[in-house]
Amino acid sequence: MKADQRKLDIRNGCVDLSHGSGGRAMSQLISGLFHEAFGNEWLACGNDQSAFDVGAGRMVMTTDGYVVSPLFFPGGNIGSLAVHGTVNDIAMAGARPLYLSASFIIEEGFRFSDLKMIADSMGEAARAAGVYIITGDTKVVERGKADGLFISTAGVGVVPAGLDLSAGNARVGDRVLISGTLGDHGVAIMSKRQNLAFETEIVSDSASLHDFVASMLAAGGKGIRLMRDPTRGGLAATLNEIAQQSGLGFRLQEAAIPVKPGVAAACELLGLDPLYVANEGKLAAIVAPEVAAAVLAAMRVHPFGRDAAEIGEAVADDHHFVQMATSFGGGRIVDWLSGEQLPRIC
Amino acid sequence: MKYADEFRDKEIALGLAKAIRSEADPEKSYRFMEFCGGHTHAISRYGLEDMLPKNVRMIHGPGCPVCVLPAGRIDMAIRLAERPDVILCVYGDLMRVPGSQGGSLLKAKARGGDVRMVYSTIDAIRVAEEIPGRAVVFFAIGFETTTPPTAVMIRLAEKKQLKNFSVFCNHVLTPPAMQNILESPDIRNIGRVEIDGFVGPGHVSTIIGTEPYEFFAEEFGKPVVIAGFEPLDMMQAILMLVRQVNEHRHEVENQYSRAVTRDGNLRAKEEVSDIFELRDQFEWRGLGLVPYSGLKLKRAYAKYDAEVRFDMNELRVADNPACECGAILRGVKKPVDCQLFGTVCTPETPMGSCMVSSEGACAAHWTYGRFRDHQQRRAS
Repeated sequence: MKADQRKLDIRNGCVDLSHGSGGRAMSQLISGLFHEAFGNEWLACGNDQSAFDVGAGRMVMTTDGYVVSPLFFPGGNIGSLAVHGTVNDIAMAGARPLYLSASFIIEEGFRFSDLKMIADSMGEAARAAGVYIITGDTKVVERGKADGLFISTAGVGVVPAGLDLSAGNARVGDRVLISGTLGDHGVAIMSKRQNLAFETEIVSDSASLHDFVASMLAAGGKGIRLMRDPTRGGLAATLNEIAQQSGLGFRLQEAAIPVKPGVAAACELLGLDPLYVANEGKLAAIVAPEVAAAVLAAMRVHPFGRDAAEIGEAVADDHHFVQMATSFGGGRIVDWLSGEQLPRIC
Repeated sequence: MKYADEFRDKEIALGLAKAIRSEADPEKSYRFMEFCGGHTHAISRYGLEDMLPKNVRMIHGPGCPVCVLPAGRIDMAIRLAERPDVILCVYGDLMRVPGSQGGSLLKAKARGGDVRMVYSTIDAIRVAEEIPGRAVVFFAIGFETTTPPTAVMIRLAEKKQLKNFSVFCNHVLTPPAMQNILESPDIRNIGRVEIDGFVGPGHVSTIIGTEPYEFFAEEFGKPVVIAGFEPLDMMQAILMLVRQVNEHRHEVENQYSRAVTRDGNLRAKEEVSDIFELRDQFEWRGLGLVPYSGLKLKRAYAKYDAEVRFDMNELRVADNPACECGAILRGVKKPVDCQLFGTVCTPETPMGSCMVSSEGACAAHWTYGRFRDHQQRRAS
């Protein structure tokens, strides 16, 4: 048997510096673990890059780094997150995601069994999303230099002709829709932090949203002005961003914003506001008033939009404030997050 | 959410708002200070100001331990964190508090200082146990509410015979600060007291009880209503204050009776008085030196006192002269009256104490309420 065909000892082995050195060990790791998990014709060619045909329409491209801690959390792990996050950045343009790249920075001593679990979840998430991980890179760094594992993914997708989702499209009177409960991902991660562990049934909402987006576009057409996924900084950051970019303001109704009781309770305990907590499988859409009801109905029949809600509208405001009528009867600003609410959430 | 939603009921809130409106004499103005930062936050977050009549105004007091920590104490902590033999354990909201010359613990950490964020006092003990070769210092701050946990931790360190654990003590006391606000020259000089009553702290009072405020209410002739932190608690406390003012009473009343008693938590008070003693004076950002307002460890516990152990020198740093925090904390000025507010001083780049944490008067107004300034400007 050739040395480079020897199987990795997945159960007991771990990554060492030789697995990033470009030699036989690296080749074993790539073919024995990553190719197996991602398995597709492009990777099988073994080139340093992958070629693919470009179809009609405009291409979109995005990239994202993943440093979440802990690596495994209720509802997913860094691998599934690295696929969902990048797929969603493409999906928010109304695009169909096609191909991903994946780059791994691994700390020596990282267990093969954990790496396999993570790679398998990536493969599974990619297959479920109908995308292919067609190129990648592996680096190994000394112990203490990477806190286990960092993953970086880039993705390309194609936008149907004539579709242009952008903050500049928003108009006064447009409605703000969100696809479901806020803060699930952030709270799921927090519940597993070493010095913060608490019991909760909340799982991360991490998911690929492009099919969901397609069903919304089918219902709302050009009435859908733009979409964003409220990840770090939560819905508050997303709406402030849109307000700045569109030159408008927003007025929200707190009572309409869905938050799971477990998330609300955890936030209460930790002094956090669910509006600022990260989501990984939710989107906010700004839509024309005349299509709002139809889009909302389409969202609610999809599993990712069961709790979808209309939570406010765009208003003229030179200061671009996001204001909210509180459930209690007063008013307040929903400002940008200042400082860091919680590091390494994705 | 059970046990929380009941205290956020809109219908009851509207009822209380109506009662305040009908009972507040339109010829009079009512200025109440909520001492506690938790109350400031509740007022801002729930938009309570919108529910009060124009002549009932809330003044946001100095009751945020992060905000009132003077820059000199932050500088002292930074020096400590720069020592290679020290691990400094701090609560997360202290990381960004500005010291002098733009320094902060966050920046000290980035430069290589071993500063670790902890969520509870016990985490610091755990670090000390795990790393016996280095000195672990817990940066203790807070009012009477957080002092007992520090006391318990020192007991625990003693029991575990931890030799590498100590506390940088910055615990402060509420009643002396309330007194200072009314006695300060700003208020005496202009010849009138701007504050008609106090919403007394809730959590602090679970420990010290309502009794310590009795002298204060009597001496200064000001009503005090101890309140909980839910928005309905606040509305009810404000109504109780309006009634006291209308009836010319100045008593200590307890709205937060579900948690606060007259005597407070005897066990906690005992622990605290066993381990801590009064400092002659302690500096408060915005208020200056306030006599008998801070605690330090008793001599018997000197080995757990980081200031003794590391021979720390008291540092004193002047605040930005344009900063109006002192006047804002005393209710003499509003955040918008300060030139720095929203220009160079924002939550990202706080210059003064009131902008440091979300419980500070300026930060709360900036984060939640500044749209009202624009509305008012437009209306006028």
